[in-house]
Amino acid sequence: MGLFILRRLGVMLLTALCLTFIVFWLTNLYPNLEKLAKTQGNFRMSDEAVESYLANRGYLQPMPVKFGQWLGVLPGWTNEKDGEVTGRCFDAGTPEEQRDTFCGVLQGDWGRSTVFKDDVGALVATRLGLTGKLMFFVMLVMVPSALVLGVLAGMREGSATDRTLSTFSIASTATPEYVSGVIFIAVFASSAFGLKWFKGSATSAMESVSFENFTLPVITIALYGMGYIARMTRASMTEVMTAQYIRTARLKGVKFSNIVLKHALRNALIAPFTVIMLQFPWLLNGVVIVETLFNYKGFGWLLVAAASNNDIELLLAVSVVSVVVVLVTQLISDIGYVYLNPRIRIS
Amino acid sequence: MEPLNWGEILLRMFIQLIPVWIALTVLFVVSFTYKRRLGLYGKLFDSTIGMIGFFLVMFWVFTGVMGGPMDMLVTHDALSQVSGMKNELPGEPLAGAEAGEYPFYLLGGDNLARDVFSRLIKGAWVVVQIAPVATLFAFMVGITLGLPAGYYGGRLDTSLSFLANLILAFPVILLFYLLVTPEIVLTGIPNYMALFLFIFPLIFMLILLNSRYHTQPKVRTPLLIAVMLGMGWLYLSLVSTNGSVVATPTYAIPGLPEFLDLFDIDPGILVVFVSVVFVNSPTVFRIVRGLAMDIKTRDYVAAAQTRGEGPWYIMLWEILPNARGPLIVDFCLRIGYTTILLGTLGFFGLGLESESPDWGSTINAGRRLLALYPHAAIAPAIALLTLVLGLNLLADGLREESLRD
Repeated sequence: MGLFILRRLGVMLLTALCLTFIVFWLTNLYPNLEKLAKTQGNFRMSDEAVESYLANRGYLQPMPVKFGQWLGVLPGWTNEKDGEVTGRCFDAGTPEEQRDTFCGVLQGDWGRSTVFKDDVGALVATRLGLTGKLMFFVMLVMVPSALVLGVLAGMREGSATDRTLSTFSIASTATPEYVSGVIFIAVFASSAFGLKWFKGSATSAMESVSFENFTLPVITIALYGMGYIARMTRASMTEVMTAQYIRTARLKGVKFSNIVLKHALRNALIAPFTVIMLQFPWLLNGVVIVETLFNYKGFGWLLVAAASNNDIELLLAVSVVSVVVVLVTQLISDIGYVYLNPRIRIS
Repeated sequence: MEPLNWGEILLRMFIQLIPVWIALTVLFVVSFTYKRRLGLYGKLFDSTIGMIGFFLVMFWVFTGVMGGPMDMLVTHDALSQVSGMKNELPGEPLAGAEAGEYPFYLLGGDNLARDVFSRLIKGAWVVVQIAPVATLFAFMVGITLGLPAGYYGGRLDTSLSFLANLILAFPVILLFYLLVTPEIVLTGIPNYMALFLFIFPLIFMLILLNSRYHTQPKVRTPLLIAVMLGMGWLYLSLVSTNGSVVATPTYAIPGLPEFLDLFDIDPGILVVFVSVVFVNSPTVFRIVRGLAMDIKTRDYVAAAQTRGEGPWYIMLWEILPNARGPLIVDFCLRIGYTTILLGTLGFFGLGLESESPDWGSTINAGRRLLALYPHAAIAPAIALLTLVLGLNLLADGLREESLRD
């Protein structure tokens, strides 16, 4: 088991490194840099001005060198011009002995955002906290209701309950967040239908969560993920319900509710656990859409802001975080599956 | 003129869509009559869920085809703006209508005073055009790479799976932002990706035919040459625009000369197409790989190996036909997922032009005024919902029917 985890961690590290390099390469292509220079400096810059702007800020070094500096394995660039020394790792006025040579991710320095004029590490941390709040409520709504739906549908395969609930879960997987979100806002928050129960914007939920401002975003994300988990739960429940030991229990005369709750449920919940863990990366997508739609300035909103402005260092940090989330949830779901399933654990 | 009430709006929409109803009726009557002779497709008509799904899907397919290239169902031009119709509610009469013009905006006007109903129908064509073809390309890539990965295993499998997981670990939206922005398009990266991804159907067909007929060189050689020329021409027409396959401000790689070029793809659509194929193919790869690993242990594969069949023959003519059930079901689901992805791209204003009538862009444009005039965003939202729902129900019906025997 230890070796398995260690190997998985190694592959994870390699994957993260490759992905960040791809993001780094794509964001550092010359047209992107040119756009960055023009948005940061002046839109009517000449080509030479763009060139010198980029050169002064170390953008025109070879790609692997820049990547090494960002990682913190190569010394940061320094630039001497008219007797004044500028560099990646220190501000203009820093005395020579206090200047750092290395500053990169390994040293804990994620760089500066060019859009928000702020430290990337702090920025990502606060936004992640806000998204964490959203995700917490989503999980709170999504997981129990999906499991209940799946268990109820899978209890008696082919019954009318099963048909209705299965169709509902298919419908919920067919409704992407930007569709359900738009419909929810129109029905529950617009003046056109007159039902002004909730708010169509979740901006105020960043300070204080209330039923009014957080219901719609949470429901919107939960609905899309719910159908899939419910279908997986149903599949695993129907499989368990045809097992020999359930038949034995029925023949012994155990009450149906007891069979479901005590005998079947525990085994039926192993498969959905994996699915729930693997939903995290999917939820990340939903989070981006919903945060944009409801103007909730969390991690997904930050991703869109960073990507549309080519804010290189912020975008890199955002992608590192999301890639790590994906890989860690995969790892946990593998380990958890082995742990929960005695057949695999013992062999 | 008085604005229409909802009953009249629905009636008028029904009348406007009469060609679609006729086509659907013909299709269903014919399929129902001959359902016993039509294999899996015919069996679909035994399941209610499957039929409902098929109905929804075909409704949008007919609407897209008739409204798009045939220009039938629409009431107004999807791009022209009529003064005085900005954000008008559904059923509002056309301001200053002339004789011969359709006198109403059936589903109202959007914030640029264009007809929502006509844009909806034109948008169906964008989806019907891109989603199935993009899914097909993703399947070609996934099958061509997934079969050997599952069949051979070993180092090939490890490296291909690593690459697939690499793409899958990317959040889709970040990937879209990185690939579809105008700056990246300038560097020609999407064109290189198109060159790479679109060659797979050609490779697939060549291997498929070669593995079958390589024992009969007299049939094989002319067949392969014909396929190579035909599909090669299509491939080059697809990837080259204005005589070059990659054109950046600094250099250009020449492709098919313009007089031989069969069709030109709009660069915006090409980029969207490439990125959707790119995102979908790793998942298909994983499914095919899993199926191949499962099926290669069967007796008929061992029999083929004992007969001395080549590995590609076994993969394409023994394993692939036996994996068709799950693949067909996944194909339907994946078209739905591709539709959702296209909508996501439109929702973030990526790829397609902002005036494009596709559903995602329309939702994006309409959501700013959602609190006051929701109709402009709700109409495409419901359209997208019904299409994807139809595809999911269709997949469910197919799965049920294919499991039955």
